[in-house]
Amino acid sequence: MKDETKSAPRTMPIQSATFSQSINAEIRRAAATGIYDIRGGGAKRKVPHFDDLLFLGASMSRYPLEGYRERCDTSVTLGTRYAKNPIHLDIPITIAGMSFGALSGPAKEALGRGATLAGTSTTTGDGGMTPEERGHSKKLVYQYLPSRYGMNPDDLRRADAIEIVVGQGAKPGGGGMLLGQKISDRVAEMRNLPKGIDQRSACRHPDWTGPDDLEIKILELREITGWQVPIYIKVGGARPYFDTTLAVKAGADVVVLDGMQGGTAATQDVFIEHVGQPILACIREAVRALQDLGMHREVQLVVSGGIRTGADVAKCMALGADAVAIGTAALIALGDNDPRWEDEYQKLGTTAGAYDDWHEGKDPAGITTQDPELMARFDPIEGGRRLNNYLKVMTLEAQTIARACGKSHLHNLEPEDLCALTMEAAAMARIPLAGTDWYPGKPGTGF
Amino acid sequence: MQTFDLAADGLRTLNATLHAQAETTNQTTWEIINPKGSHAIAVGLDAPIEVNVKGSTGYYCAGMNKQATVHVHGSAGPGVAENMMSGTVIVEGDASQYAGATGHGGTLIIKGNASSRCGISMKGIDIIVHGNIGHMSAFMAQSGNLVVCGDAGDALGDSLYEARLFVRGSVKSLGADCIEKEMRPEHLEILAELLERGGCDAKPEEFKRYGSARQLYNFKPDNAY
Repeated sequence: MKDETKSAPRTMPIQSATFSQSINAEIRRAAATGIYDIRGGGAKRKVPHFDDLLFLGASMSRYPLEGYRERCDTSVTLGTRYAKNPIHLDIPITIAGMSFGALSGPAKEALGRGATLAGTSTTTGDGGMTPEERGHSKKLVYQYLPSRYGMNPDDLRRADAIEIVVGQGAKPGGGGMLLGQKISDRVAEMRNLPKGIDQRSACRHPDWTGPDDLEIKILELREITGWQVPIYIKVGGARPYFDTTLAVKAGADVVVLDGMQGGTAATQDVFIEHVGQPILACIREAVRALQDLGMHREVQLVVSGGIRTGADVAKCMALGADAVAIGTAALIALGDNDPRWEDEYQKLGTTAGAYDDWHEGKDPAGITTQDPELMARFDPIEGGRRLNNYLKVMTLEAQTIARACGKSHLHNLEPEDLCALTMEAAAMARIPLAGTDWYPGKPGTGF
Repeated sequence: MQTFDLAADGLRTLNATLHAQAETTNQTTWEIINPKGSHAIAVGLDAPIEVNVKGSTGYYCAGMNKQATVHVHGSAGPGVAENMMSGTVIVEGDASQYAGATGHGGTLIIKGNASSRCGISMKGIDIIVHGNIGHMSAFMAQSGNLVVCGDAGDALGDSLYEARLFVRGSVKSLGADCIEKEMRPEHLEILAELLERGGCDAKPEEFKRYGSARQLYNFKPDNAY
């Protein structure tokens, strides 16, 4: 008798969408180690993003500007509400806060060089202000963080603006940890802690607990700095309407809003991927809060989290932001995750583009490390040149789009210049679905 | 002696006037009248001057102080001497929450009691309290000395780093990773100097010393709770 089981077609192996290869690998890793995964960077999951929006461009009802010759301004002034010396920037793309400690000194220097060449600002991070960072950044924003590592009144007065960090997009509600591997003598000294131990960054400020207290804290900072410099408040993308409202109430000159794609030096993967909202869902809510208070354009809005191109910048402007901040993109411009180091990424068990163990201090590109040999691979002058190039390209791209929409300033872009490709993006950004004049939740449409 | 009427001339003028005092000023003694619990009095000073506040203050009095001596002849609100770098701050009465928070240096003397989170995240400041302190004091304290002549509240020294804590009275409970440590001769010597500096009528031998068990210094699953 013929054995039909040998020749019968078999069911094709199907991988579970729920228990995917990556999920199963993480289960096995957790079972083997007993500890959650810590990594750097922002959310890697696919979320509704600026790619889900398109510009409409000029046509019969809009008059375009000549693409290369007609003026399209890109400048922005941040901190016009109370500060005697607001920050004037040539371009609305700033460099987000990243700490010395998480990054090497030369990497911080390169950020300062590139930002200054491009006419924009850079920002300190947890760990204080380094001389090379101050020296190479014409406009430097000094972060005021819960840990207060390295905080002192002299640096406060050397800053061009102060950014009070309440939260960040990668981990709204969370603090941080700089693992001992990255604590060099210099990092330890700046943070007043022994070398080699993990340095925790608290999730709450030590001397205020809510917006009423924060209002008084801001008064103190303004008194110390003679009301000279703007005070920003940075929040993660959690409840953007209420967070923006309360930041304005507390006295912010500028609100910085960071979506879940915004990076961190190190935190739990589960935090990065499961807490907070995509920046696309946050901008219109923050703008609505400012408009309800009559403060849109009076208190400036800086948004960040996954901004990569001039198109992203233009879309943020169209949704109502005054400026954007980039972190991960700036590191990539410097050389982070570059395929030229692929052999070394492979040795670390990863690949170029996916490397995110920034907390371990083994960065082959010499950027997220304090290892002298790795740091020596990175040239801060060349890094600064590359960052400046990248910022220029983003600006040119945003200008190209703005001119096509008939706008003589990036800030003249408006929601009416956009359409959405997906229902999700339409709902989150309150932009009509392409081919329609409707978006979910549009007033008067009943649903 | 220069006298400044805060109620009449306002906070901005006060701080701007005090900031304008040069290192070599001969106007070294100031008196602030009518503070009436105002916030941010004498913040960001950076000159060897003495400022006497004749009454009680609100939040952040003497915040980020350098060099100056600020003497509060009343009680102080939250965050007195926060992030102080150097100099001396004396509070004749009680201090509210976060006294000396994140202070990097200098001396804070509180002659009454201090509320919760006294010395939170301190980074080198010396804090001397004649009375009691509240809960969660010296949370994540990194360095410096906290001397308490009275009692300490719950969770003293939680997640402590290298700060030294000296308590004469009872400790309601110790925070995570904070333990009682041996009082060695060098500690008695340090404490004797602190008590003298703080004008305390107490003997070093009456105190117990608390510090970090250093079990939380490097992250591992067993201490993530």
